[in-house]
Amino acid sequence: MSTTTPIAINKAIEHVLRNDRGRLIAGLVARLGDLQVAEDALQEASISAMSHWGRSGLPNSPTGWLMKVALNKGIDRARAVQRDRKKADQFMVISASHYETIDEEPIPDDRLRLIFACCHPLLEEKSRIGLTLRTVCHLTTKEIAAAFLDKEQTLGQRISRAKDKLREADIEFEIPDQISWPARLDSVLSTIYLIFTTGYVNEDDSERDLCAEAIFLLRLLDRLRPDDPEIEGALALVLLTDARSIARIGNDGATVPPAEQNRTLWDMHKVEEAREILSQAVLRGRPGPYQIKAAIADCHMMGIAPDWKQISLLYGSLWAHEPTPVVALNWAIAIAEIGQPEVALTKVEALETDLKTFQPFYAAYAAILSQLGQFDKAKKMYEMAIQLSQNSANRNFLEKKLQKLG
Amino acid sequence: MKYMLLIYNNPEQQPAYGSPEFESMMAGFFAANEKMKSDGVLVDGESLNEPHTATSVRIKAGKTETMDGPFAETREYLGGYYVVDVPDKESAIKYAEMIPSATFGTIEVRAMMDYDPAG
Repeated sequence: MSTTTPIAINKAIEHVLRNDRGRLIAGLVARLGDLQVAEDALQEASISAMSHWGRSGLPNSPTGWLMKVALNKGIDRARAVQRDRKKADQFMVISASHYETIDEEPIPDDRLRLIFACCHPLLEEKSRIGLTLRTVCHLTTKEIAAAFLDKEQTLGQRISRAKDKLREADIEFEIPDQISWPARLDSVLSTIYLIFTTGYVNEDDSERDLCAEAIFLLRLLDRLRPDDPEIEGALALVLLTDARSIARIGNDGATVPPAEQNRTLWDMHKVEEAREILSQAVLRGRPGPYQIKAAIADCHMMGIAPDWKQISLLYGSLWAHEPTPVVALNWAIAIAEIGQPEVALTKVEALETDLKTFQPFYAAYAAILSQLGQFDKAKKMYEMAIQLSQNSANRNFLEKKLQKLG
Repeated sequence: MKYMLLIYNNPEQQPAYGSPEFESMMAGFFAANEKMKSDGVLVDGESLNEPHTATSVRIKAGKTETMDGPFAETREYLGGYYVVDVPDKESAIKYAEMIPSATFGTIEVRAMMDYDPAG
């Protein structure tokens, strides 16, 4: 061995972890019952791998090796921690029995329960996002902080508080039962969807693409829990949106709405895949908000122009599931598009108090006003929207609209 | 600014397998790598095989000559490197200090040339 072989071994360990860290952590959490203990155990096992793999080369199953060693380390560590805690006896029984049954291969995939724990409704939205990206996707706190315009230290504290909270509340790392499934799944899907939209509006091209991470998470969910129409709906929704991502900003740096996008830039493989997944979901006969949103996204991409009539009907059904101001706003936009701007205006005006800091509200309001010929007020609303814009593509789009009004 | 941290070691000086020093060297490499990664400064890092596996290539009078091994008389060999992207040399030196080989070899910190004709 040369003196710098450790760098090569380190790379080998990193390679294993890049592919299997989520599975390892999930499996360890399922047996050790604590996220922090699981992470520390895997860390210790990795350091141990530096020595052992340096001596005798890579084991037959590096992932299995890390799992076994981490489990040993974790049990040791947990015993030490348990001394200060009450549930010690109960815990020992659980972990010991799990330990007996663990074979080298195959490692069961426990990531579903890990995702559900990371996205537990008890945690704040930002904590869910941070914990999921850190634990399941293995992003560094620095990368996550950069994507969400947070300070690295603040985010690190947030993640560690979230772990404490899961521990203190005795959250079981289990797949929710049928009764709590819809609410718990909703929390998971909204977290992943937020990860996706953050990636979609981010202007800087960071190394880790949040859209890709969100698609990875949804594909994983879909694989671990096939036949759930809302998981399929969410996957179809992000695939359709992602398919348009190259076309969403024009050469002039302004956002281009789907109806005006250059369709030859759309990734039709993704579109086809999404349509297939969505039609499969719809056949299950259990409609839900993500399926409806995916259907709306699909209507925007139909034929040569969006099918606004269908879109308006779909917002009507979405409203039954999600009676939120944002849904009402989008519904109003669709109503204006099918030639009823007066109806749309009444609907939008009713939303002013709820959405007074929401940039799309002013953009939609302005568009409807200009459709009705109320140009002075429309200009004011575009100005408000521009002020509230957080990315330059949207700002450019709105400025173009404003200039058109003269 | 990118810096290459070149690791020069004498294999005879390195801790023996199984010794506590060996364990702490391995843990030290792991910790250094983790730190560089979590700080977001690590660009690359590789180990090189031992010098006796090397071949030196030269062209003499238009003819390629190859020879086994390097010609260096020194006992310290280039064993590997890291590349870090940091604001200044001071920070590069901080990361060099974290490499366990610094305790029994030499880490050479070299700024990588950023040649941009456009300025």
